[in-house]
Amino acid sequence: MSEAYVASEMISSRPRPAEARKSEWSVGKILGLMSVVSWIAAGIALIVFLITSYDPAQIEKYGPRYFDGFLTTLKLVAISVTIGAALSLPIAFGRMSSNKILRGFSFGYIYFFRGTPLLAQLFLLYYGFGSFRSFWQDVGLWWFFRDAWSIALLSFSLNTAAYQAEILRGAIMNVPKGQHEGAASLGLPNMVTFFKIILPQALIVALRPYGNEIILMVKGSAVVSIITIFDLMGHTRRAFSQTLDYQTYIYAAIFYLIVVEVMRRLWDILEHRLTRHLRR
Amino acid sequence: MELLSLLSYGDAGWGDEILSGIWVTISLGLATLPFGLLLGFFLALGINSREPSLQVSAKIFTTIFRGLPELLTLFIVFYGAQILGNFLFQKVFGINIEINSFVAGMIALGFVFSSYASEVFLSAFKGINQGQYEGASALGLSRFQTMRLIILPQLIKLALPGLSNLWLILLKETSLVSVIGLADTIRVTGIAARVEKEPFLFFSLACLIYLALTFLSSVGLEKIEKTVRRGEVR
Repeated sequence: MSEAYVASEMISSRPRPAEARKSEWSVGKILGLMSVVSWIAAGIALIVFLITSYDPAQIEKYGPRYFDGFLTTLKLVAISVTIGAALSLPIAFGRMSSNKILRGFSFGYIYFFRGTPLLAQLFLLYYGFGSFRSFWQDVGLWWFFRDAWSIALLSFSLNTAAYQAEILRGAIMNVPKGQHEGAASLGLPNMVTFFKIILPQALIVALRPYGNEIILMVKGSAVVSIITIFDLMGHTRRAFSQTLDYQTYIYAAIFYLIVVEVMRRLWDILEHRLTRHLRR
Repeated sequence: MELLSLLSYGDAGWGDEILSGIWVTISLGLATLPFGLLLGFFLALGINSREPSLQVSAKIFTTIFRGLPELLTLFIVFYGAQILGNFLFQKVFGINIEINSFVAGMIALGFVFSSYASEVFLSAFKGINQGQYEGASALGLSRFQTMRLIILPQLIKLALPGLSNLWLILLKETSLVSVIGLADTIRVTGIAARVEKEPFLFFSLACLIYLALTFLSSVGLEKIEKTVRRGEVR
């Protein structure tokens, strides 16, 4: 009976199977090749376009303007991000406070500025609030609301304050409760606890979102060109309307791409440096 | 009361014009969404693929459209399509064509949306366990079946919060098409503000409309998220 389970004959040896075919032309490879070729073609077309339409007189005329606009963009972003950071602190605290009114107010503030387009906020501040001329003249603030630059700064600061408050709140909530308890058991006052223990840890968490927010501000700042501020976008639009030359936009795109890429790389280096104690 | 009559429906007020503007805003957002989602998904597949050529070209795309301001992208697509389209059509058919600002807005916003969506999909792909692919392969499913039956249902769940965020951003960014002449909420309220000389009324109305749209969207998205997560144990 048990014999049925015993092999009575050897399986004769067979030649090894043919080697699995390594497909040389998979769909992915063809698609990839096609897309790389079309990127290269687009790049060459772009360079040819820029060379054939190269005009030294225009470069000389618009080059300095572009650079000037570029500086205006950077200035706008730097100032409004700084003011926004200062404003975001009380708003984030309000959002976390136990006081119902404070909490409601900062919730409303954040909801409004994050729920409406920057363009609408800019129009509301510049044209909407700017229409109450006699009132602003009475309180002596007309010089502020008349000026497109100060309104742009104001609306960008208010806008980024809302976003930064949310970043800050998320980061502070992310700090473990034990850090508060440890500080309390050491008898540290609230102020010291916050600035020396909670905030440094929160800021490391917030580093990446802060970088993203600054990049978003650089890109979002192009909107101010609509209320007649000559930032990079503003100069670009004027150059286009004067020359009807498409390359004006290409140069602006190159400028913006360089700014954003440089910022991203710098932020990576900064983050690498600031979190070096957290790496193993 | 006099101010409210400006918002009435019909010839005297701006109600009907503003409603059509809201409709343009919503339809532009809804038209961009599937296009952007699909492109974003394929971009994520490209970045995830083993082919270096696909990776590089997908990365070039996302780098460009995440680095350019949306307004500039819009101008580049709008005027670029016009120049290219005119050039080609004049060569071939000898006629001039006009590029629709709605389509230009859809393409530009879709490119930007897809670049960000690819990031969301990529991190969602990272959240799916390698064992899922191995299990599917052990069951003898093809790569397409694995994607459709195993990966995609889990991917949607993981990507939904990020995509909801992107939808809210997209809804706000549709306001930029007003600059290239599309009669969306911002443009219509802007015209009304100029004609009636009531900028505060009309621009705060525009802000309220966008607030309402984002509020409704977030309510709807919460519902969708609940539906998607109904299989999870709480």
